[in-house]
Amino acid sequence: MSSASALPRDAAARPAELARLRRVRDRIDREHAQPLDVEELARGEHMAAGTLSRRFKEAFGETPYSYLMTRRVERAMALLRRGDVTVTNASLAVGSSSPGTFSTRFTELVGLSPSEYRARAADSPVDLPTCVIKHAVRPVRNREAATALPA
Amino acid sequence: MDLSIQHTFIPHTDPEASLAFYRDALGFEVTNDVGSGTMRWITVGPPAGGSTIVLTPPSVDPGITDQERQTIAELMAKGAYAAIVLATPDVDAVFAAVEASGAEVVQEPADQPYGVRDCAFRDPAGAMVRIQQRS
Repeated sequence: MSSASALPRDAAARPAELARLRRVRDRIDREHAQPLDVEELARGEHMAAGTLSRRFKEAFGETPYSYLMTRRVERAMALLRRGDVTVTNASLAVGSSSPGTFSTRFTELVGLSPSEYRARAADSPVDLPTCVIKHAVRPVRNREAATALPA
Repeated sequence: MDLSIQHTFIPHTDPEASLAFYRDALGFEVTNDVGSGTMRWITVGPPAGGSTIVLTPPSVDPGITDQERQTIAELMAKGAYAAIVLATPDVDAVFAAVEASGAEVVQEPADQPYGVRDCAFRDPAGAMVRIQQRS
């Protein structure tokens, strides 16, 4: 198959197909802590796994596997910032069956390993790289960041 | 300035499906319902009053081109078009009731790191409906 559109070219059919893909994405959001994989996601919509991956990527800019891992890393970052969750427990809590794969993906996305992130987030958000501060500071600015910053 | 929010607009693709969600699942009252077929404008809101939502047919402005109309339909289907945040004194009880109606769950009640407890549903046309604990 060429690199032509994986989604239907017929305009009338596209919204229904996109709605199916949205349901897959919502399912990832809802169940990202469960042991989900692309085959299971595809089964839920009676689609072949390869077809789902191609269409999902065309609609949302990344594959369902990539989106699932991004959601898991995002959730793990929130858990690690608390300071009372170990890296192993954070990996398990977000549904990752392989701590090694999780750690690799985390490092790719965040720029720090999970243990480095945990240690530096506990210390002070101002020491973290800019891309991390953006993530680390935004969700907590109403509560924790103000006290975590030097007076 | 003394301003309140009177109406907000959320598009539907199937007026009866959206009505079932906002009236029957969320418990809103219908205060106006005009038009017919797919061209219906249905005003709904909490029984206690205040701001209302007008469920509206998408892209009816004649200044919108066919191509733009198609884009809007696709963005709605993707869930990237409309959104609203509601608040309630008991998010867990509301979640249970709305879930029992068969609505599409996006997120079960959860404490967010930024300090709110909330849950999320999709309305039948793809809009994100978040419901948070009223503080």
